[in-house]
Amino acid sequence: MVAVREAHLSIGGGEFFALLGPSGCGKTTLLKMIAGFERPSRGRVLLDGVDVSDVPPWKRNVNTVFQQYALFPHLSVADNVAFGPRSRKLPAAEIDQRVSDALDIVRMGELAARRPSHLSGGQQQRVALARALVNLPRALLLDEPMAALDLKLREAMQLELKRIQRDVGITFLLVTHDQGEALTMADRIAVMNHGVVEQVGTPEQIYQRPASLFVAGFIGSANLLPGTVVDRDGEDAVVQLCAGARVRAAGGSHVGVTEPCTVMLRPERLRAVADPPADGRCVAATITQVVFQGASSRLEAVLADGASVVTQIESHHRPAFLQPGQPVWIAWEPGAAFLLAGWPAIAGTSGDVGRVEAPR
Amino acid sequence: MSIETRRRLTPYLLLLPGGLWLALFYLAPLWTLLKVSLSSRQGRFSMDYLLTWDVANYQVALTEFGPQFGRAFLYGGLATVLALAIGYPLAYVIAFRGGKYRSLLLGLVVVPLFTSYLIRTIAWSSILADNGPVVGLVSWLGLGGLLESLWITDQGRLLNTPAAVVGGLTYNFLPFMVLPIYVSLERIDGALVDAANDLYCSALAAFRKVVLPLSLPGVFAGSLLTFIPAAGDFINAQFLGSPATTMIGNSIQDQFLRQNNLSVASAMAFVLMFVMIVLVLVYSRRFGTDDLA
Repeated sequence: MVAVREAHLSIGGGEFFALLGPSGCGKTTLLKMIAGFERPSRGRVLLDGVDVSDVPPWKRNVNTVFQQYALFPHLSVADNVAFGPRSRKLPAAEIDQRVSDALDIVRMGELAARRPSHLSGGQQQRVALARALVNLPRALLLDEPMAALDLKLREAMQLELKRIQRDVGITFLLVTHDQGEALTMADRIAVMNHGVVEQVGTPEQIYQRPASLFVAGFIGSANLLPGTVVDRDGEDAVVQLCAGARVRAAGGSHVGVTEPCTVMLRPERLRAVADPPADGRCVAATITQVVFQGASSRLEAVLADGASVVTQIESHHRPAFLQPGQPVWIAWEPGAAFLLAGWPAIAGTSGDVGRVEAPR
Repeated sequence: MSIETRRRLTPYLLLLPGGLWLALFYLAPLWTLLKVSLSSRQGRFSMDYLLTWDVANYQVALTEFGPQFGRAFLYGGLATVLALAIGYPLAYVIAFRGGKYRSLLLGLVVVPLFTSYLIRTIAWSSILADNGPVVGLVSWLGLGGLLESLWITDQGRLLNTPAAVVGGLTYNFLPFMVLPIYVSLERIDGALVDAANDLYCSALAAFRKVVLPLSLPGVFAGSLLTFIPAAGDFINAQFLGSPATTMIGNSIQDQFLRQNNLSVASAMAFVLMFVMIVLVLVYSRRFGTDDLA
């Protein structure tokens, strides 16, 4: 079985880099190859320009924060953190200094004498982080570090991790299936699917200009409307939607005329209006339901071809005509429509992350 | 009865069957044994004992059976060390390399227990006999001189030597060493070894610093489960040993069943029990690992 088919990545020093993808996409295998637990059957792993493909993990200057932390239960917090420096036989005074520094960075100095079993999940994570950081690795690998934490703590730790990464300036490589986590923390993200890296870019690039249908559906939620390219107009493409309308979309320069394509529309960039705007950036739809969600409401509408479209409207400013069963125009500003090659697997589905992959 | 009262009584009710069993078949006989050990026999062939609170029996037990006590602890100790040397690697391979054959391998460790202990020991006496396969193999390989100089064989014989007794004890109690060690190894998360490797430990260093310490509770339990019955054993010395290799178990059996001297036999049993308890306490103080998660 092939876990990772193709991955060409270079990660810069001091960068916070995320490998993002659904479970089984090969991101953890890729991480293990970098850590040294797996050997690539083809290709190389370079660390500081040196080929380390055949170097065992204990001789690589990278450290891992394991998914369930893998703290040594028979050792105290301080001894866990001192484990790496002691294995490398550093002088005792330096070990003590490094351990107390590392515990200070993760704010665990006061609990140094505790056993891991007497710590909460969040505290265990901090210790695991300190145990890796204390070695001053060239890169720190984090394997789904938030998976074992509850939601509130997870959000707090995301910001904390970001702060620690800025403070220590070490390259962080994060593996996660949680797009929110990757968008929040990473400087750059590689999105993986079925063992292939589909796109590498900043969170903004990946969100605004996804390279593929998969990326568009996996990051955030997206309305994916199938159509055909009928013409090209400079940077833009003119697309005949299956729903009937003819619209303009940016991007997708590699999609030729007459080829099948998909127009991606992010829900937050859509408006629901009573009359079609003059620039023609709109489609006609029928409202199916409006769901109150606090600050905003989720409006769901169906196009002529049966494809559904989702948009967010402000709850406190809801025009009277936005009622289920009413006709509506779904309009967007210039640049909001983005062109992707191919048709979605189920035509006209809105690509909510929940439907692409249920959280583990 | 209120729910509260019932809830308070439940643990005691659960303890009742076991407690009754222990009281009836352990504490009561122990009390009788203690009384007999402090009684004196009314005449050489009498079966009547009078409780005289006389400690003479203990003097006899302590002065006349020194070699037997010594051999019991020496042979029991050697068998424990050997069982550990054989059992730990075995448990390790089953736990970490067993894969889908784990249950099968573990079953094979336990399979001998389906045959009677006595039968297995008697079978060993024919395996180790002068014209048996082991002696034959040794002479065919020309290892006679080596084994002789290692005090394993005695003038070319294997049966009726201390080595045979220790070997029998090791064989018979090996499963009780393997099982607890296996359980403690099997509970170790493989990610801990990965973590140690990641933190600059080679495979051997990771074993020494992570796997071994975490398996000590199993080693501790296995050693006790091996040493205690092995040191008190008399079957192996009887079938595989000679008059020169008798252990304290043989002497107690002899005093009980042949000499009919129940008082001395009881006193010896108490001395054995006492020494054993002291050894176990010292051992658990030294190696007891109750603070492990």
